[in-house]
Amino acid sequence: MSCSRRDFLKQACGGTLASVLPVSAFTFLSPEEARAAVENANVRWAFLVDTRKCVGCGLCVKACKNENEIPYDAPVTRTWVERMGGRDGFIDNVINGEEIDPDNIAKAFFVPKLCNQCDNPPCVQVCPVGATYQTDDGVVLVDRDWCIGCGYCIMACPYGVRFFHPVHKVADKCNFCYHRITKGMNPACVESCAFDARRIANLRDPDDPVTKIITTERVAVLKDEYGTKPHVFYIGLDENVR
Amino acid sequence: MKWHVLRPLWLAIGLVVVILIARQFMVPEDFGVHGDSFTYNFYRLSNVQEWKDFPVKHQGRESCVECHEENVTTLNASPHAPIECENCHGPSVGHPDDVELLPIERAREHCLRCHASLDYPNHARSELPNVRDRTHKRRRECVTCHYPHDPREKPE
Repeated sequence: MSCSRRDFLKQACGGTLASVLPVSAFTFLSPEEARAAVENANVRWAFLVDTRKCVGCGLCVKACKNENEIPYDAPVTRTWVERMGGRDGFIDNVINGEEIDPDNIAKAFFVPKLCNQCDNPPCVQVCPVGATYQTDDGVVLVDRDWCIGCGYCIMACPYGVRFFHPVHKVADKCNFCYHRITKGMNPACVESCAFDARRIANLRDPDDPVTKIITTERVAVLKDEYGTKPHVFYIGLDENVR
Repeated sequence: MKWHVLRPLWLAIGLVVVILIARQFMVPEDFGVHGDSFTYNFYRLSNVQEWKDFPVKHQGRESCVECHEENVTTLNASPHAPIECENCHGPSVGHPDDVELLPIERAREHCLRCHASLDYPNHARSELPNVRDRTHKRRRECVTCHYPHDPREKPE
C-alpha cells in the first residue's frame, strides 16, 4: 500500500485530534445539567466590614462566643476587634497598663477580624488528614471528628484566625456561622452589631445590596500579597492594619 | 531469591495489606474529593450537614416579639432600636421553657461598651452620647437613671 506524504500528514493530524477529544465533548448539556455540573455555583459567601462604623463595643465577640459554644473565659475566640481583645468592649484609653493622653492620639479606630474564607486557603493545604476543607459555597469548615489536633493549620493561617478549641481538642475557626447562613439567617456577629459595621454577602447574587457595595465601592482585603484571595472586605482600612 | 531476603519482604507486603484492609473499614464511605480540587475539597461530605445542624442560639427580635410585644415596640421607637434584645438579655435558646436562662445584663460596663468616651478624633464612638467612666456617677448602675429600652425616658 502506498501513501503520499500529504495523505500521511492528513491522517496523522486527524487521528491525533480524534484521539484527544473525549466522547463527552460531543454531548450537548441541557441548562439544568450544566447548572448541576457547577453545583451550588449560585452561592459564594463573603463578608463586609466597615471600620468607619465600628465603635469597639465588642458585642459581636460576645455574641459569637455564645452562639458557637466557645468557652467564654478561655483566651480563644473566632472573631475579635482589634485594638486588641474586645470581648468586653473598650471602655477606657489604657493600653498595656498605660493611660494614653488624648492629645497624643492622631487617629484611632477599631478593626473587626474574622476568618477570611480564602479562595486559596493555606490552612486547608497543610491539613495532613483532610479534616479541613472548602465547601462549594466558599466557607472553610473543620471536621471535628476527623481533626487530629496537630495544629498545622493554626500555624499556616496568615491571619491568625485559627485556634485550638480547649474543649473539643481540635482546631477551630470562624465559619460565618454556617448553621445560620444556610438557614437564611445572619451570622451572630452581624445580628448583634448595632452599627451595621459587619455584613454578610452572597457574591453570586448581583442583587444582594452588600455585594453591590463590595463590587462598586472602594474596599480592601487583608494581606492581598499572600495570594490567598480573602473574602472579608474592609471599608476604611488604614495602611497600618495588617 | 534467598530466604533471608524474602522473609522481611513478605512481612512488609503483609503490613501493607493489613493497612489497606483496615483503611476500608476506618475511612467513611463519603470521604473523598467533593468538588474541583483535591487540595481544597478532600473531605467527609456528611460533615457539612453536621455543621448545618449546629444549634442556633440567638433567635432574634422576631422570636422575642411573640411574647414581649410591649417592650419590642418601645425599643423599636427609641434610639436604641438597632440594638438586638439578645445583646443585653443573652441568647434566647430554650428561653420560654426555662425562664431562668435569660440573665439581664445590668452592669455599668455593659453600657460603657458604647457610651464610654475615648477622645478619638474623627471616630464613630465620639458621635454617640458618651460619658467619662471616672467622673460620671461612679459605682452606680446606669439603669437606675436611664431606661435602656428607651434611653430618653427615666425608669419607672
